[in-house]
Amino acid sequence: MSGAWQRNGYEAVIGLEIHVQLNTASKMFCACPNRYGDEPNTNVCMVCLAHPGALPVANAEAVRQSARVGLALGCRIPAASEFSRKQYFYPDSPKAYQISQYDQPLCAEGSFHVPGEGAFSVRITRAHLEEDAAKMIHAGGDAGRIQGSAGSVVDFNRAGTPLLEIVTEPDLRSPEDARRFLTLLRATVVAIGASDCDMEKGSLRADANVSIRPLGSEEYGTKTELKNMNSFRFLERGIEAELERQLGLVRAGEAVRQETLHFDPATGGLTSLRSKEEAHDYRYFPEPDLLPVAQDPDDLAALAGQLPELPVARFARLTGAGLPEATALLLATEVELAAYYDDLAGRVGDAKVAANWVMGELQAHLNAAGIVADATPVTPERLAGLVALVVAGTINQTSAKEVFQALVEDPAATAAGVVGGRGLAQVGDADELGAIVDRVLADHPDEVAAFRGGREQVVGFLVGQCMKASGGRADAKALQALLRERLTA
Amino acid sequence: MSDVELTPDEVRHVAALARLGLDDAEVERLGRELTSILGHVNTIAQLPIADVPPTTHANPHGDALRPDAARPGAPRAEALANAPDPAPEGFRVPPIGA
Repeated sequence: MSGAWQRNGYEAVIGLEIHVQLNTASKMFCACPNRYGDEPNTNVCMVCLAHPGALPVANAEAVRQSARVGLALGCRIPAASEFSRKQYFYPDSPKAYQISQYDQPLCAEGSFHVPGEGAFSVRITRAHLEEDAAKMIHAGGDAGRIQGSAGSVVDFNRAGTPLLEIVTEPDLRSPEDARRFLTLLRATVVAIGASDCDMEKGSLRADANVSIRPLGSEEYGTKTELKNMNSFRFLERGIEAELERQLGLVRAGEAVRQETLHFDPATGGLTSLRSKEEAHDYRYFPEPDLLPVAQDPDDLAALAGQLPELPVARFARLTGAGLPEATALLLATEVELAAYYDDLAGRVGDAKVAANWVMGELQAHLNAAGIVADATPVTPERLAGLVALVVAGTINQTSAKEVFQALVEDPAATAAGVVGGRGLAQVGDADELGAIVDRVLADHPDEVAAFRGGREQVVGFLVGQCMKASGGRADAKALQALLRERLTA
Repeated sequence: MSDVELTPDEVRHVAALARLGLDDAEVERLGRELTSILGHVNTIAQLPIADVPPTTHANPHGDALRPDAARPGAPRAEALANAPDPAPEGFRVPPIGA
């Protein structure tokens, strides 16, 4: 595999645990709104506050969305799955146990393919449904830090919101592959519509299990767990830092200790965390308050049939249409941009031409404006009007950029209208171009002499002068041909 | 199967997980009680159930799911009414890991 992390005879072994917050309307086991950013403790009830006697009832939509994600990850969806209690004491868990799944998860044994250069597959161990914990607001001390804090306030709005935990086998062999995998996984979940997967808001969180082993070894080394890396870049850098740390230990003849680590992106350092339950004895047992979840094979087949085009399939379709891998990968992972591209390509009738516009002018405009593709005033319909004028030879590339800018600035403008209004139609007519060329040659006798003396590169300067004289509207190809004809006459 | 006996160390381990501090007399008494309970479970294990499929619920599994419809939560004042140490916006808890 290309891109594998290998140093001093050791290779990286990485597995991920990904938490995806599902975007259901209500929480996992009660009807409280599942909403981010509300005033603390305003979306709470007797169930998610764990009042005695309050009983959970599982959310059908959370089960359905989890099954859709599982199907997209190639998982087997067992006919029956079961909720279990995971016991631990912490103020973010009001029941003193979390309802999760243990030996009968909703989704089992999948595989996820990451295409492109250095393509690889990652086995999915399982994907199970559980409830999220409450949020701790730590007063005093450093923001977010637990040690030295002067007490905490608990916000239960997040408590009981549905989480899908996706666990991979340790199949990743480099920090870069971990990032690639997570990027594509995120795009897949977003395409399905099960979550917005916003790492900043915490609706996508990733932990990494990291170890190294001698190249060629089949056994795994001692692993450490990197917690909650909240961006793709930090995930990659955190794993990289941990691999280097472990390599340093091993080369110094020391042992890697199994522990949970926190990566500080500011310093690049790794610190050991106190674990929630030091004994790691969660005493799972089947949740008596919830019935097992039954999955009907016919329903699952229907769900599988209703999945949208997934990024991996889109990548294959776009590379099949002749687009470069980098372009296809970007379009595969960005849902809005892909929808825009598909719309434009359908109108333009040429995949490569459409891709060039999307990757060029459109991307530059979106980046500059800081918006996503479905927010731009330059709709695929309006851009298609512009592309048609370029393809037909009505305007050249220089004018096309000007027209694009005009479409950005005036949402009511059409490409044809701008071209007509500003007189941007290409000058390709031999008489008109000839007059421009003659005038420029007459104005630059030295350059003409130089060209005829063998300095052919001077022609570039003369083309520029002619283009300028045409107000940027000259048909570049016709102009070149005409200029060479006159110079060599 | 009826000879399962919890050792004092096992009792202390379970107590530690439950955040219970036990003195030696309590360890001895609870060890006896837990052993008796496990013995009772072992009585059940002696039943001829080889042909009964394992289950964790008495009910055959069915659709005990609810539709994904949200309704407003409790008013915050009500939610905080029984908090031992309420803050204006939430439940205050002692410092952790101190």
